[in-house]
Amino acid sequence: MNNFQYSRAADVDDAIRLLATDPDAKLIAGGTNLIDLMKENVERPSRLIDISRLPFRKIEETADGGLRIGALVPNSDLAYHPHVEQRYPLLASAILAGASAQLRNMASVGGNLMQRTRCAYFYDTTTPCNKRAPGSGCSAIDGLNRNHAILGTSPSCIATNPSDMSVALVALGALVHIAGPTGERRIALTDFHRLPGDTPHMDTNLGAGEIITAIELPPRGFSRNYSYLKIRDRLSYAFALVSVAAALELEGNAIGEARVALGGVAHKPWRSLEAEAALRGQAATVDHFSRAADMMLADAAARSHNGFKIELARRAIVRTLTQAASATPQSQAHKKIA
Amino acid sequence: MADVAHQIAERIPINLVINGVRRTLDLMPWTTLLDALRDHLELTGTKKGCDHGQCGACTVLVDGRRVNSCLTLAVMKDGAEITTVEGLAKDGALHPLQQAFIDQDAFQCGYCTPGQICSAAGLLAEGHAKDADDIRELMSGNLCRCGAYPNIVAAIQQAMGRP
Repeated sequence: MNNFQYSRAADVDDAIRLLATDPDAKLIAGGTNLIDLMKENVERPSRLIDISRLPFRKIEETADGGLRIGALVPNSDLAYHPHVEQRYPLLASAILAGASAQLRNMASVGGNLMQRTRCAYFYDTTTPCNKRAPGSGCSAIDGLNRNHAILGTSPSCIATNPSDMSVALVALGALVHIAGPTGERRIALTDFHRLPGDTPHMDTNLGAGEIITAIELPPRGFSRNYSYLKIRDRLSYAFALVSVAAALELEGNAIGEARVALGGVAHKPWRSLEAEAALRGQAATVDHFSRAADMMLADAAARSHNGFKIELARRAIVRTLTQAASATPQSQAHKKIA
Repeated sequence: MADVAHQIAERIPINLVINGVRRTLDLMPWTTLLDALRDHLELTGTKKGCDHGQCGACTVLVDGRRVNSCLTLAVMKDGAEITTVEGLAKDGALHPLQQAFIDQDAFQCGYCTPGQICSAAGLLAEGHAKDADDIRELMSGNLCRCGAYPNIVAAIQQAMGRP
């Protein structure tokens, strides 16, 4: 790790002020990703601004019946919160599919949104990487790219967003609350993470000097018909090759509302409004789920090693929607896929 | 030359209650809790495996919650209560998990064991594990290169009071 200064933010304004005075400073909360990246010399902040003691640890109902989750709530506290277990079980399931119990105890909700890709070339400072060193090139495009993206890639970057939590959050229509030098704003989580384009060094649309204060969930929780299915190289504690968050509202066997989002396949959690619209009003059948999967993957493009992900994603979408429709969500402990 | 431009950081005084004993330390900000325990307090029961949060050998309890001490900056835990494997035995009696690991032969080389036991102590306190599948899933952050997993699960089941 490089030499750095340490400051403990007294309040959110103090954190914003410290960020403004030192452009190479970084916020730290749980630190599970940032400390690791600092040990690898990928991140070399001049200063760490410790925000872990700021008062963003509440989970509270909003006036419209939704849920406001403080940015510093640990992932495990969120997953096991009774309100989340009962009303937003898709979110609880996705969180428990990610990382380990120790990391979930440490990692904050805001930090989960800010975690960087696990692309091996991004981590390896001896190789070119446009995300780590803009303009240096992408080692993955013609390298080992089995884990890499199949949707929304660019000639500059084929990295994936590693979060499970975010996949459920985009499916649920979450909003991100942000504070910054010019005041507060909120944006949809689908607009928070970026596609790589020719600026893959920018993972998110969080501005310089801004800080995430909370995540807000709309009232609709899809607590009956949901599933989060994560496919990976080992049964636990591995990043997704493909993951699917699915949520349905059924009227009899007809789909009233549908949500589908993918993880492990793109630079951002991948939600398809088009596929969701196509499912609405249809019968909840494998045929219709297959059509939605085809729509979601119509523009998928493989590199030399990750072509399997397209068919894997297609099957996982159908399977996850089937689990959701039959109210038999994938267990994150009992790993047999229903 | 960004490094040269960095100001030299200073040691930061912190207080930790470690295994019930209050300790005062002056640490550089980049000292991890793991290095503080091993190199500054000579508590070498907590092990450094991967040093990247992937193996769990460094697991300790911070304010009762299991965490990876290798990814924790000690200065951020000023005022916290830390329990390491050295703090689990009480009044000369092994912690039930320590006894269970012996009874069930839940280790071979033993390097991952302090982390396994601290992680299992956290798991018991959390109260979410009901069966062996739950234990396997909720212990997945602790690797054992000797492959003692079946006996580790059995040891945790013993400590949970399951026959």
